Amino acid sequence: MKSRFLTLAATLSVFIGLYLIGWLRFPGFGSTVVLANVLYDNAFLGITAVGMTFVIISGGIDLSVGSVIAFTGVFCALLIQNTGLHPLIVFAMALVLGTLFGATMGTMIHYLKIPPFIITLAGLFLARGSTFLLTTQSVGVNHPFYQQIYDISIIFPDGGRVSFLAMIFLAVLAAGIFVAHFTDFGRNVYALGGNENAALLLGVPVARTTIGVYALSGLLAALAGVVYSLYTSSGYPLATVGVELDAIAAVVIGGTLLTGGVGYVAGTLIGIMILGVIQTYITFDGSLNSWWTRIVIGVLLFVFIGLQKLLTSKTFVDSLSRVFRLRRRDPVQAVQP
Amino acid sequence: MITKETLPIAPKVGTSGVLPNVLRNSRRALWPLATLVLILVADSLISQNFFGIRVVNDPLYGNHFYGNIIDILKNAAPVILLATGMSLVIATRGIDLSVGAVMAICGAVAAVLVGKGDVAPMPVPLIILISIGVGALCGLWNGFLVAFLDIQPIVATLILMVAGRGMAQMITQATIATFVNEGLAFLGVGYVFSLPVSIFISIGVLILVYVLVRRTAIGLMIESVGANDKASYYVGINARFIKLFVYVISGICAGIAGLIVAANIRGADANNAGLYLELDAILAVVIGGAALSGGRFYLGLSAIGVLIIQSMNTGILISGIQPEFNLIVKAVVVLIILLIQSEIFRAFIGRRFRRTS
Repeated sequence: MKSRFLTLAATLSVFIGLYLIGWLRFPGFGSTVVLANVLYDNAFLGITAVGMTFVIISGGIDLSVGSVIAFTGVFCALLIQNTGLHPLIVFAMALVLGTLFGATMGTMIHYLKIPPFIITLAGLFLARGSTFLLTTQSVGVNHPFYQQIYDISIIFPDGGRVSFLAMIFLAVLAAGIFVAHFTDFGRNVYALGGNENAALLLGVPVARTTIGVYALSGLLAALAGVVYSLYTSSGYPLATVGVELDAIAAVVIGGTLLTGGVGYVAGTLIGIMILGVIQTYITFDGSLNSWWTRIVIGVLLFVFIGLQKLLTSKTFVDSLSRVFRLRRRDPVQAVQP
Repeated sequence: MITKETLPIAPKVGTSGVLPNVLRNSRRALWPLATLVLILVADSLISQNFFGIRVVNDPLYGNHFYGNIIDILKNAAPVILLATGMSLVIATRGIDLSVGAVMAICGAVAAVLVGKGDVAPMPVPLIILISIGVGALCGLWNGFLVAFLDIQPIVATLILMVAGRGMAQMITQATIATFVNEGLAFLGVGYVFSLPVSIFISIGVLILVYVLVRRTAIGLMIESVGANDKASYYVGINARFIKLFVYVISGICAGIAGLIVAANIRGADANNAGLYLELDAILAVVIGGAALSGGRFYLGLSAIGVLIIQSMNTGILISGIQPEFNLIVKAVVVLIILLIQSEIFRAFIGRRFRRTS
């Protein structure tokens, strides 16, 4: 087995382990209600994290997503409440804005050679500042369309309710997996994250790919903002502060290397589910304080990064394959045990 | 024969080496200093008597100076501390995202140790030392991950950034741990020579670190490790130890900054103490002219970077513009500064001008 899959397998087993622990302590944990709610509550985070996965695989980082979500939420709420525009038109405008915002950041990163960390940090300030310009109040949305969206759902026999927002998340995830593994763009993103100079020499359109990655992240952050708006039926300028960190944490726990070039969009789903299950466990327990969420996430981050280090280190993989009698005779055979 | 040929060359290098070096340094300082002057001039245009300093009679702390410049320095003090540590970390091609969380932890430790009463259960200097020690421990953890486990700095420090605020909340039991002890509060609200004591602390630490790294070979080693850690290792520099060292310094600086911030409000707020200050510190280092790719650090210019950010903040506050504009003005100014400093952008503009004229 390739070490990259090993990380993914480790992530999956941690998720299953956590879930089983929850199930043993609280029988209610096994119900589809819990899983469906984790998907529903974290749909916006998951959509952001899919975009973040692409950015991180390309070797960059996007700190602006939390602010973009808040901006989109406020933007949608204000336009829907104050003009006669249909929410779908407003959503489309928001998505275009988010994409343009991301593309602008990507352009500056590529052409000005300023590190993504700094540019997207300025983007964080800019998007949050623009949100404060729009309003400093919480804006509620009363539109029949929001209720219609809420009513769309698939209900399992034991009460689990997969809402439309969760379906959007799963659709984005499927699209993300497709783009990452079955399109030229996806291949270029991996190549860029692996080694930018080599990618350039191999004819990868570095400029287009860099701009595309940040545009995609901006688009998905805006979509997450739309989902957040539907989720809370309001826009609040101070919402989703620090969501970028949760998204990065989910991506890292999902097995994507922050050095770029390695990772799976599917892993990000498991990362999100792990974060969700921890939160659910703490809610179910009731006696645990909320600070444990952060500490456990920190510990998990450490464990996973340590695991990745171990699995990607050559000596460890070599000794592992010795143990399993997979000693490399030639490269082709080594892959197929 | 050989000595005759080579001897005349040696003094030539020695004599001419000094002046260009100074010139090169001053040219590097030009952009940050010019930006600072520009922003201060803009501030003085916005508000009447911006540079005015008057003496206030405070019943608690006696006479002390009061004015916008004092205010800027006082508010900049914690970030100057962070930027000092961050400069060293960034010079090794690292980054320390955890400083804000470390501030929260150290503030919480101090506030809890000093207790609710007038008299602390143990001597205040000891409490201060313990808190700074906790900061050093946090730095040691970061440094261990980066230097010995070879974890990418941004990820390694992300762990403490996420978990640190949880720990701070655990220490304060999710309350804002307030205290009335004057000895500890002195760090944040006290005055020495009629000036806020936090200014002296931050500048003192800055000078101390400067002497420590620039008057010894450590600074050179830090830059060498940042430029190429493998080559540094082969040259005989203990690259791992140097990395560990810079994160410990950063942790100590963050610890002191956390004490100042907690002392200033006489309470430790686990959620908000130092929130986003790591970003300000990184920004200040970059505005000061250091590259995130490592290899160089300028402690003084990083402090200038902090002053730029702080005089911008103060300027926006006193200008009477709605505070909602605060962030957006900050973002735009930061972008302009980054653009000016980007060589590619300067070359592009230069080309444009030549073409039109």
